[in-house]
Amino acid sequence: MGVLGYTILTLAVLGIVAAAVLYFVASKFRVEEDPRIDDVEKMLPGANCGGCGFAGCRGMADALVKRDDISALYCPVGGAECMKGISEYLGKVAAERQPMVAVVRCNGTCENRPKTNTFDGAKSCAVIAALYAGETGCSFGCLGCGDCVAACEFGALSMNPETGLPEVDIDKCTACGKCVSACPKGIIELRKKWPKGRMVYVSCMNKDKGAVARKSCTAACIGCMKCQKVCEFGAIEVANNLAFIDSNKCKLCRKCVEQCPTGAIVEKNFPPRKVVTAPKEEAPKAAPKAEVSAEPKQEA
Amino acid sequence: MLKTFPIGGIHPPGNKLSADKAIERFALPETVVIPLSQHIGAPAVACVAKGDKVLAGQLIAKADGFVSSNIHSSVSGTVKAVDTYVNAQGLRRPAITITVEGDEWVEGVDLSDELIEECNLEPKEIIAKVAEAGIVGMGGATFPAHVKLSVPPGCKAECLIINGVECEPFLTADHRLMLEKGAEMLIGARIIAKALGVNKTYVGVENNKPDAIAHLKKLAAKYNGEVEIVPLKVQYPQGGEKQLIAAVTGRQVPSKGLPIAVGAVVQNAGTAFAVYEAVQKNKPLVERVITVTGKALSEPKNLLVRIGTPMQSLLEYCGIDSVEGTLKIVGGGPMMGRSMCNPEESMMKGSSGLLVLTEPETKRGEEAECIRCGKCVEACPMGLEPYLMGRVSKIKNFEMAEQHYIYDCIECGCCTYSCPAYLPLLDWLKLGKAEVMKIMRARTSK
Repeated sequence: MGVLGYTILTLAVLGIVAAAVLYFVASKFRVEEDPRIDDVEKMLPGANCGGCGFAGCRGMADALVKRDDISALYCPVGGAECMKGISEYLGKVAAERQPMVAVVRCNGTCENRPKTNTFDGAKSCAVIAALYAGETGCSFGCLGCGDCVAACEFGALSMNPETGLPEVDIDKCTACGKCVSACPKGIIELRKKWPKGRMVYVSCMNKDKGAVARKSCTAACIGCMKCQKVCEFGAIEVANNLAFIDSNKCKLCRKCVEQCPTGAIVEKNFPPRKVVTAPKEEAPKAAPKAEVSAEPKQEA
Repeated sequence: MLKTFPIGGIHPPGNKLSADKAIERFALPETVVIPLSQHIGAPAVACVAKGDKVLAGQLIAKADGFVSSNIHSSVSGTVKAVDTYVNAQGLRRPAITITVEGDEWVEGVDLSDELIEECNLEPKEIIAKVAEAGIVGMGGATFPAHVKLSVPPGCKAECLIINGVECEPFLTADHRLMLEKGAEMLIGARIIAKALGVNKTYVGVENNKPDAIAHLKKLAAKYNGEVEIVPLKVQYPQGGEKQLIAAVTGRQVPSKGLPIAVGAVVQNAGTAFAVYEAVQKNKPLVERVITVTGKALSEPKNLLVRIGTPMQSLLEYCGIDSVEGTLKIVGGGPMMGRSMCNPEESMMKGSSGLLVLTEPETKRGEEAECIRCGKCVEACPMGLEPYLMGRVSKIKNFEMAEQHYIYDCIECGCCTYSCPAYLPLLDWLKLGKAEVMKIMRARTSK
């Protein structure tokens, strides 16, 4: 037994003693935790986005298991399917909520809303909002620095370099609401998600009087009330020179879109509108025609 | 060895272009737009209606609460509208628009140049008069003056410091005021001292104004040492309240504390003059001296302007028309002033300067990474670590920002000025400070 032997022996004995102590302590001071918390956590999406109001999925799982009434808890990312699975597993009644999607309520593209000044400070919407109205004449619209894009953990938001506005990828958006709180101008709203991503909404937040709003942005809502009058479902309300469409009452009839004089009300993901004068059958044919006519141009 | 504050500070070029231009009275405009929030605190509440005839010096908006300020009409005429206007930052704010007709003043206002030395009012009466006249801190912070003069119970004012430092480059309004209205300013300072119940008054003036120092020293001789003119070494931001107290008295205001904690009360030279006019001449704060300057202007000037006058007319008067290319217009000095996106902004109680910069003057270099050189730490007059707090504010770690005393930031801009990587440190610091203050307020109100 040389020095090496003693070293190995000492370390081995120390290891065994420490293991015994650890085993004893672990079994003596063991914290009993409901094993269902682990199971529920596995059922949650694991995004840790905070959309439920808890710091992460573990916190949510803990609350789901411990609370008797879980109707106030909802995981927007997992959605109805995930909540259904969890409620079945736990034997509790979970809340049923319709799927939502984030919508950017500003149509102030570079074309509609020209720049009136240049900001050369920190590139952050929060900083700009704390300092002044922004680079355009509209003090309500998008500031274009992408605080919302940075906040999104699902890659659902991206800045469109042409318009200077953020765009939502409806398939990726989980309606966690992070962008809503990240936007200092409050232009992002969570709205009811219709099949095929169809939506009709007022893409403007300008509360200035009509003439003033129009001067700063050609696509601004001027509060003319036309949409409110034409809506058959009472879904539209104009307050403070600004229209708002209640997504729970709206039936996507799109009459308001036709009425809006500035184009502030937009429709998205609908098939192309049929031309009123054309017969119904010709509409599908018109589309391929356009493609054909485009081909010779490319060749030439 | 001249006195100055002990830590940090920078030396931007002085650029006092208008230092030898005497104060000119600016002509009455056709209409004035008087904002209802020209001070820190609650906006004033309008007490006139559309169509009312008003006289210059008439109360048109009442202070809403203790930390607020009265607003008086700066002209005589008819109230055209009581609604909103778009301010320099492009935001809509409440204001009163008045069409100017003649120049009639309310009764009791003494418009003569006669110097009135004696003031026999009690301290409480002086404070009431200052509040009535709507006087605010004229250095730019616009904190209602009567609040500062009302020493909170448990504290005792030991000295009054008049801030004649004017450490901002370009600005010369206070310099000219001290030269031309020095006697009035010192009487105003004596009145403030009386209201506070202190014997000692210091007037801090930076050494780049030797004529003002000599003039004030001559005037102060008759006060038997109760008024002391203190020449200070030129260093920005010496005009900051805490820096000035440290420079003049050597005392350091504790973190989160107010100047009164070390027995000092600081008032601007312009405020002292306004107090003189209010108390001795019954004249409310309806006009002030502003420096309209910048290398882009053909004729930089110091102007005495009625509150509510559109800034655009001042710029035109000082020769902005001859300038070509993009300009940056700053309300205030180049260090702490705010750039304006709307030159139609009105003249306000806190407007100490109007600065026009050309594009090459304002263009900052491309933003790069922090190289940890520590220049911002060296420059910070509050002994903070701007590079760190800028970073943590950016990543929204406000807890850490608070641990590093972000609330002590005075937003002087020394860090941004000294940064070789052109980081917009102050932008992030301002954001972080506002958030931390919000969190701290929420905590105390719980």
